[in-house]
Formats: sequence, C-alpha cells, structure tokens
Amino acid sequence: MQPYATWKYVVLILVMLLGAVYAAPNLYGEDPAVQITRVSGDPLPADFGELVGKTLTAEGITPALSELESQQWIVRLGDETAQLKTADALKRELGNDYVVALNLASKTPTWLRKLGAKPMTLGLDLRGGVHFLLEVDIDDVKKKAVERYLNDLPAFLRKEDIRYVGRHQSADAVLLDFAEADKLDAARKALAREYPELALNVPTATPLTLEARMSDQEAKRIVDFAVKQNLTTLRNRVNQLGVAEPLVQRQGQNRIVVQLPGVQDTTRVKDLLGATATLEYRAVDDGDANGAAATGVVPVGTELFYTRNGHRPVLLKKDVIAAGSQLTDAQSTVDQDGSPAVSVTLDGGAAKKMFEFTEKNVGKPMAVLFKEREVVTNYNAKGEPIREHRDVEEVISIATIRGVFGKRFQTTGLQSKEAYDLAVLLRSGALAAPVDIVEERTVGPSLGADNIRRGFQAAVLGLTLVMVFMIVYYRVFGFFAIAALVLNIVLIIAGLSILQATLTMPGIAGMVLTMGIAVDANVLIYERIREELRDGETPHAAIEAGYDRAFLTIADANVTVLIGTVVLFALGAGPVKGFAITLALGILTSQFTAIVGSRSLAYLVFAKRKLKDLPIW
Amino acid sequence: MSGGHPPPAQPGLHKFRKLNMRIFAKVPNINFMAQRKTGLWVSSLLSVGVLLLLLFRSLNFGIDFTGGVLVEVVYPQTVELDAVRQDLGAGGYANAIVQYFGGSNDVLIRLAPEDKSNSAAISSKVLQALGAEQKGVQLRRIEFVGPQVGDELTVNGSLAMLFAFIGIALYIMFRFEWKFAVGAIAALIHDALMVLGFLSLFQVEFDLTTLAAILALIGYSNNETIVIFDRVRENLINQRKGTIYEVVNLSVNQTLLRSVITHVTTLLVCTALYLLGGPSVHSFAISMIVGVIVATYSSIYVSTGLAIVLGVSREDLLPPKEKEIDEMP
Repeated sequence: MQPYATWKYVVLILVMLLGAVYAAPNLYGEDPAVQITRVSGDPLPADFGELVGKTLTAEGITPALSELESQQWIVRLGDETAQLKTADALKRELGNDYVVALNLASKTPTWLRKLGAKPMTLGLDLRGGVHFLLEVDIDDVKKKAVERYLNDLPAFLRKEDIRYVGRHQSADAVLLDFAEADKLDAARKALAREYPELALNVPTATPLTLEARMSDQEAKRIVDFAVKQNLTTLRNRVNQLGVAEPLVQRQGQNRIVVQLPGVQDTTRVKDLLGATATLEYRAVDDGDANGAAATGVVPVGTELFYTRNGHRPVLLKKDVIAAGSQLTDAQSTVDQDGSPAVSVTLDGGAAKKMFEFTEKNVGKPMAVLFKEREVVTNYNAKGEPIREHRDVEEVISIATIRGVFGKRFQTTGLQSKEAYDLAVLLRSGALAAPVDIVEERTVGPSLGADNIRRGFQAAVLGLTLVMVFMIVYYRVFGFFAIAALVLNIVLIIAGLSILQATLTMPGIAGMVLTMGIAVDANVLIYERIREELRDGETPHAAIEAGYDRAFLTIADANVTVLIGTVVLFALGAGPVKGFAITLALGILTSQFTAIVGSRSLAYLVFAKRKLKDLPIW
Repeated sequence: MSGGHPPPAQPGLHKFRKLNMRIFAKVPNINFMAQRKTGLWVSSLLSVGVLLLLLFRSLNFGIDFTGGVLVEVVYPQTVELDAVRQDLGAGGYANAIVQYFGGSNDVLIRLAPEDKSNSAAISSKVLQALGAEQKGVQLRRIEFVGPQVGDELTVNGSLAMLFAFIGIALYIMFRFEWKFAVGAIAALIHDALMVLGFLSLFQVEFDLTTLAAILALIGYSNNETIVIFDRVRENLINQRKGTIYEVVNLSVNQTLLRSVITHVTTLLVCTALYLLGGPSVHSFAISMIVGVIVATYSSIYVSTGLAIVLGVSREDLLPPKEKEIDEMP
C-alpha cells in the first residue's frame, strides 16, 4: 500500500487548525453588555468614555470593561441586574440622542477577533425577539399617483391655455376629453414635454380623449420610492427602540423585514412602527428669535421652533407653503457645479403655491419643519418607565430662496452627508405609503433558551448513538469515522461562523441530520472494504480499493442532496434557510472529512503494518 | 473509478476461515427482482390510496400555509382549558382553538385568519383577553401569518418540490441514463407521497419545517437509488456474463447491507431529534423517519424495478469507449 501523500496530511492539518480557530469563538460565551451608539449615526465624541465612566461611578456600578468596539461603545457587566441598571442610568443621562441597547457581547479574546473569528449569530427562534414582515400597499401608492395627475394635468393645461372639456379617472389612467382634434394634439405635445414619465395615447374608440398612463418604468419608480421611504422611516424608528443589532431590510419588490432580537413588547414595537411623520415648508420670520426664545413672547402670526442641529431658535410664519403629503420625491444629488444638493419634487397644488410664494420672496429664507409623533419611554420619580406620546417638531433645513420655482427645486450649499440626511428626512416626512404587517413571529426568551437546550441535547444524543453504533459495528474503523464526524461538526460550526450565517432551530436539526448522513460516506467505504476482503483482496488492497471506488458514488449521492438544499435555500424563509445552509455545508465538508480525514487515519494506522486481516466486521 | 489492483494470492482455505467470523460474511442472495412487478403494483396502489387520502382528508396545514394567529403562553401554574376559553370568549375570540402544548400549564391558542385589516393587532388583543399581566402569564411565542403570505408559501413550496425533482432528474440523466432517471424520479415521488400520506393519516401538522424535511428527504432518498445504480453500472462493466436482471439483483444484494447501516445511523439521529428536539422539530423528525424507511423499499422496487421494466440494457450504461473494448475480442 502506498503511504498517503504528505501534502494531504498537511492540508488536513491546516483545515483542522483553521476549523478550530474559526469555531473557537462559539465556546467563549457572552457577557451581558450595554451598547451605545448615536441616533444620527455619527461617531461618538472623543470624551465619551469619561461621560460614561462618570455616570457609572455616580450609580455605583463597576463595569467589567468599558470601551469603544468597532464604533460602538460597549460596557460589559458581570450580571444581568447590573446590565439593566446600567442601561437605565445611561438612558437617563444621555437622553434621546443616543441609542442605549442591551446586548450580549462575545467574550472572544482579542487575538481571535483580529483573525476575523466571530461566533455564529443565533436566529430569533433561539435567542428570542420579534420578526415582522411589512408590506407596502402598492395599489394605494399607484392610486394616489393617479389622483395627483388627475389634478396636475388639467392645471398644467390651463396654464398652457389649452382647453379641455372633461377629465376623469379610469383604473390606472387619467382621461382628458377635448372638443377638437388639434386641441388634443397640442395637449399631447405639451404634456409629453412636461411629463416625460407618462405614456400618452388616444384610444381608437374615443378619438377625442387623451389617455395618460404612468409608464411601467415610472410606476416601478414610485413604488420603489415608497418602499425606500418606508425603509428609512422604519430604520429611524427602530433606532429609537434601543435594540442591539436590529435588522431592517427590503425583501422582494414591496416588502420589508424588521427583526429585533431580544425585544418582547410587541405592542410597543407596533406603536412605533405605526408612528407618523410629516413636514412643512414655511417662511422664516425675520423677527428676533433669540428674544422670543428668552421671553417666551412670540410675534403674532409666527411660531417658535428649534433647529435639529445646534438647537437654535427660529421663528416661522404660521402659513404652510407645502406639506409632506404634497412632496412626491426627494433625492440627494449633485447640482450643476457638482456640489451636493437635494432635489425635491412637489405635486401640482403645492407647486402652484410654491411658485406664488417664491415669486414674491426671492432672497429670503425658507425653512423645513419636521414633525413626528413618537412613543418615548421616560422615567418617573420612582425610576419606573412610562410610555408617552411625544410630538417632535424640529427645523431640519433653512435655505435662502435663490429664484422663482414651483414643481421641482434644489436645496444646495450642503455637505454631502448633510444632503443625504436631509433627503432621508424629507422622504420620511413625505406622506408614507400605508404599510401592513403581513407576518409576525415573536419568540419569548424562555422558548429561545429551551430551543437551544433541546437542540444541544438532541445533537449530543444523536452523536452518542452514532458513535456507539459505528464503534461497535466497525471497531477501529468506527473510530476513524467518528473522528471524521467530529471534525465535520467543527468545520460546519467554523463555516457558519465565517459566513456569519444565522443558526436556527431547523439549522440545528440540519446539523443533527448531517451526522447521520455524513457517516454514510464511511459506511459506503467500509462496506466496500469488506466486500473486497470477501473477494479475496489483501487488507491493504481492500482499503485502497474501498476508498477509491466509493469516492464517485459518494459524490453522486451528495450532489442530489445538495440539489434539494439549493432549492430549499432559494425558497428561503428565515429559519428554513438556516436548515439549507447547515445541511449544504455539512454535506460539502463531509465529502472532505469522511474521505480525506478518515483515509488519512486509516493509512496512518495500517499502512506500515503487516496485516493478515482487518479489524472490521 | 480506478481499479487495477493486483489479484490476491491468498490460500483459499485460510480466507474462508477468516471470513466466516464476520457478521453478514456473505453477500445476501435474495432474488429481489423476482417480485419487481408485485412491488410496482403495491407501490402504485399505495400511491393512488395516498392521493385519495390527500384529496379527502388533506394535510393538517400549519399557519405557515393557511395564515392565522398562533399564541403560545405559559401559566405560572396548571390551568384549565375551559378557563382559558372563557377568558378568550369574553375578549371576543370565542372560536379560538385552545389546547395544551407539552404540559398542563403550557397553552397553545390558534385563531383562523381574518380579513387582513389590522390582523397583526390580534396577538396583542389575545394577550389582553387572557389577562396576561395580572395573572403572570408568560408569552412563549406569537406567530401571525397573513393569508397572502401563506398562499405564496404554498405556491413556492410546490414549485420548490417541482424544481428539486427536475434538478435531480437532470443530474441522473447526465450521470446515468433516462430510464434510470425515470425510475429515480418515480421513487422520489413515491417517497414524498408516502410521507405526505403518513402526515395526512395521522394529521401531523405540516409547516415550513416539515416541507424542509421532505425536500431534504427527496435528496436523501435518491442517495439510495444512486448507490444501487452506480453498482449496477460497475458490475455491468466488470462482468460481461449474466443478464441485466441478474446483474441488478447482484447489485441490490451487494449494496443492501450498506443501505441498512446508513439508515440505522440516520434513524438514530432522527430519533434523537424526535425524543429531545422539542415540539418544533417533531414533524420534521417524524417525516424523516418515515421517509428513510420508505426510501429503502423504493430504491429497490420502485427506482430499480421500474428501470428494469422500462427495459434498461447493458448498452444503455456502458460508456462508448468501454463498449469498443468489449467488442474487440
């Protein structure tokens, strides 16, 4: 028998080492921790550590560790009571500009973390938390858009002095009736120029009617806008919840997944997700804002607000030029000079008012007031949390009117991040498309803990049963198979950790199933060895033949299981995706461990011995 | 498949003595293929039976597919289901299905899907109706699935099964031959049907995890078929004597032990899952257990049997090159 090539041993040892290193973080466990970030997403101030330290000392809390870890401030604590106390103290001290969240921080040592080794993430079914699937009402978005055109198009025609005799709405189109064909032609030309996003045509049955319909592209764009708008709004709101590692992600064309690990109070989450925001364009009054703020006496016809950045007082006129519901688009772009800007589109009614206003007020400032009704948690004298509705009204932008404009305009003179933030805020204040919760899954912490315990126990029992069976049946070769199986499990865990895939309950089931399936490769090989022995091969030749001949069969069999898992992955709803990943990973690694791993061991033990027979039943 | 090992030069007597010490020392010699027609008939009848069962009894679909609300709560002490029903009735949920789940203080509440208006709020209202806060009732989980999401999953799940079948058929056609592919797919459909029949007969809940088990099973059950087909091909190449019928019989016998052992290990882990994995993987484990048992039968009688009935021949499997060599002498 040829000794097994040295390089194969080297590869095997390297894989074992890599597997061990990347699987290791899962062994270290987690510290209860408090995680702090800024609501705005900006980096924390330089002296933040001192502030946290002072607060903790005042409360008599000694953290295990308090430091900046990848742009978040993490305070690690000895136990959960201290964790809650710390979080409460920091929430009170830091106010609503910071997100203070409870978290579990991995105890992975620094040298491992430097190698990029991280523990697996646990799915909601294992750690507890809520999962929402929200659906943006596309039909409503489209209907509103058509309604807007139903107002805008006639207004535009009147301005252009083209006479129409009637307007009405069919399912997804605006119909305009004309008295004469040349009026219709003129309207068609003018509309095509002003509204390139509309598809215009004349139905053959009614030659004097112009039908304006959103092009597919435009329909797709407005739906896209509505979903993005909801995404940003939801992200902002989720930030206020104080959840570590929240997930707000688009799924498919019009759905949004919100996952909040560790959150139990779903009523509160639903309140928050349903909060409403709007905005108003208003004229800035040139009265003495500082004086008004100091005395509390506000000039007639104005209101006092503060800016979001810097909290400076501003006096705004009461009259609203345009409201959020009239804003149809807001994008951060670059202007002609290539500097950052936000481009805004208004609907017909607001465009008219904006035109009239800017005509008279060039050179004067105009402000955007952001209003949000949100649920906040405050603390009463006894330190008990009280949930309250709070109206937030802040000035998010003040800009000087440079010219006369209506439907479309730009806000310039911004840094690129400012432009981005303003566009996000404008979008979240624009009329949000209605969102329905179409799926909810909440898992309580006790169920999550139970699931982990059960999964672990089942895995241990499964492994033990397989081990006993293999060793009793195949003796020494059984040990090889078990060694390969254990390496396989280490590699699956390492693989899941590297991919940062989520471990779910079905994922654990997949891992347990893999144990049963993975030894199949070894069974195939060993049965083959026995057959070769039966046919009169020498033990060494039988081992070689067994491994060589079984290889393709194992590969063939594994491919078909993989086909099933790929399909399952594509079907992909959360936990089941975890199952597919685990099973696929387990089958791929088993192809390596069952063949290369167990073969190396068999050769190591038997290659240099003289054998009359093999200890294989 | 490399070969070419020098033949052994061991004395026959010595070999005989040694080998007799092994369990299952001989390749069994069961004439499986003799009953192939009976096997196919039994399978066909069973499949029709299952189809009728599915038609009239249907599956006990979980809320993943039907949509609806499911709330699991734990009471601090044993609770009477009637008391829970009363609380729910007072809260306006008189038609909720209430049952114990694991213990007499663990209660599962199911509500049928309503119209989509604000159904997400139902779960909160149910907790309110139970008086959760006053009675110290602890929430274990809430699942709410809107009807449209359930419908989509039904469509996607069926599509997933279809794609898995097609993918596996293509692979077997590529690796073997169409008659084998037909046999393999028939076996897959057979296995999936039998598991569905079992789930329907015992009204085991069919949720997304169960679907995952069936898809995994489709891949796994095919495993068997492939191992047999592989051996059939190998034997056809190596032994030019014997009819196709004899070669298949030999191959089935040769791989029988391996099938049994693999199934034992898989059954062991699935049993472990069933016993300790908790209710959330019950239907998964049960489906796997039933499927693994059925797969042993179907890999012999359905896939291989059908391939023979379809008239698979020696030439179908031999790669062209080898055939030339065969014909040379």
